[in-house]
Amino acid sequence: MTDALLSIEGLTKRFGGVVASDNIVLDVNRGELHAIIGPNGAGKTTLIGQLTGELAPNAGRIRFDGADITALPVYRRSTLGLARSFQITSLFLDFTALDNVALAVQAHDGHSFRFWRNARSETGLRQAARAALERVGLGARAEVMVANLSHGEHRQLEIAMALATKPRMLLLDEPMAGMGLEESARMVGMLRELKRELTILLIEHDMEAVFALADRISVLVYGRVIATGAPADIRANPEVRTAYLGEAEAAHG
Amino acid sequence: MTALLTPRNVFIVALIALLALLPVYALLTGHTFIVTLFTRIVILAMAAVSLNLIMGFGGMVSFGHAAYIGIGGYVIGILAKEGIGSGFVQWPLALLVSGLFALSVGALCLRTRGVYFIMITLAFSQMIYYVAIGLDRYGGDDGLTIQKRSDFGAIFDLSDRTRFYYLCLVLLLITVYLLRRIVNSRFGLVIQGGRSNERRMRAIGFPTFRYKLICFVIAGMLCGLSGVLLANHTNFISPAIMHWTRSGDLIVMVVLGGMGSVFGPVIGAVALLVLEEALPYAIGFASYLIVGKEVMGAREYWQLILGPMLLLIVLFARGGIDGLLMRARRD
Repeated sequence: MTDALLSIEGLTKRFGGVVASDNIVLDVNRGELHAIIGPNGAGKTTLIGQLTGELAPNAGRIRFDGADITALPVYRRSTLGLARSFQITSLFLDFTALDNVALAVQAHDGHSFRFWRNARSETGLRQAARAALERVGLGARAEVMVANLSHGEHRQLEIAMALATKPRMLLLDEPMAGMGLEESARMVGMLRELKRELTILLIEHDMEAVFALADRISVLVYGRVIATGAPADIRANPEVRTAYLGEAEAAHG
Repeated sequence: MTALLTPRNVFIVALIALLALLPVYALLTGHTFIVTLFTRIVILAMAAVSLNLIMGFGGMVSFGHAAYIGIGGYVIGILAKEGIGSGFVQWPLALLVSGLFALSVGALCLRTRGVYFIMITLAFSQMIYYVAIGLDRYGGDDGLTIQKRSDFGAIFDLSDRTRFYYLCLVLLLITVYLLRRIVNSRFGLVIQGGRSNERRMRAIGFPTFRYKLICFVIAGMLCGLSGVLLANHTNFISPAIMHWTRSGDLIVMVVLGGMGSVFGPVIGAVALLVLEEALPYAIGFASYLIVGKEVMGAREYWQLILGPMLLLIVLFARGGIDGLLMRARRD
């Protein structure tokens, strides 16, 4: 087989009569940035849910670094090095940015049945958290309550938290959602940096970003992967054009 | 960091000083009943503080917390009745039973959330309540008189009113300090993170259930301790000490004093229970001022005053009394 870090075999998820994931077969190779695109309702969120463990598939298998993780609970996948960001910002709003990231660091620093020492004064946790914030450009905003950060900053913090768990692979669920042009450009720059050291599965609506970043792209339509290939191949694929790009290009004029 | 001399800190120190000096006042004036009253307040404050750990910090609104007061109390009462009077046996056993009960209840309840969690904790406490009513040997509905307080030999004599009060107060302060350590520890941050966004907690790698369960057990044991003290205080236990309205009282104390503040529930307990005592007199006094004589039965309606007061606090003072004090610093 190829050098797949994440490998999805025959993944199927049904909600009543609706087949949201239809026998999905997909490999994400080590070191690549693999993007998944597809029109609304294609089953991207359902797929992410199964990869992170929030949804149990009806059939099929998910392997991460050779190990079968199909039945593992959410937190175990994170410990194995599979980190995610959320499409709809999901943070600890009543904590500071630094507290948010420090919690992610703490999650991967042994068990947390430690009842006495003030965790906010543990330099190990704090420094690692600061480093992750610096990486996404939020170093100066460390002590700000998350509820008071801007939307763009929330998106950056999402990435910082995923990074703080020392992942081997990132699952990014629409990291550019709701961003302005400038913010999107900055995020693309950041992802370009990250893809040098991490394997990334990117789910994204922003076509420009996807084609600028991805090594390979898979197209999901009605729960099925209709094509996988290099950006140029995907652009040229007639099936993809009709199913998806056609709409997008039409929209772009 | 923040200044030490904030209105809030001054208030807290003043309240502790007041509680500490209360027996002196009672001694000087001869109003010994006030020590009895405040022993009860301090004990229930401890129960409220323990509830706040799961409710204020963990976001787990338990509507059955008084069950642990009952369990702590009944272990004392049952052992005393069976001739085991040693506090060295009674107290650890009471904490152990409270903890085990919390463990089994938590293992089931913590799989639910929101209203379901509230209802299922209530159901479990009602179950214990009716079990106590069914215990004919231990007085059933009528309750059970405890002939002798827990015996700690020559080390500590619980029978002295003032000493017992100080014991309760010291245990309360230790509990508050313990909680302060816990909520700021790694464990505490996991608990608070779970309140804030449990889904995210799991996504970053925390098995949240086991942390919440241990938190539930700690709260149950601390509340069990307050039951131990209450049984020793009143020398009497009955199912009434864990009636569901008592669980409601505890929630009111927490909300009134300040959810998510370690000391808040102490303020809430003092405020609520003092008001309960004082409002009937206040009504009597007011009716005397207005009509020139005491209106028959008017005192009975003190809850009519208390209700709206609570409502106003909940509506306009987020973070309870403690929240008000914190804002006093900022303005």
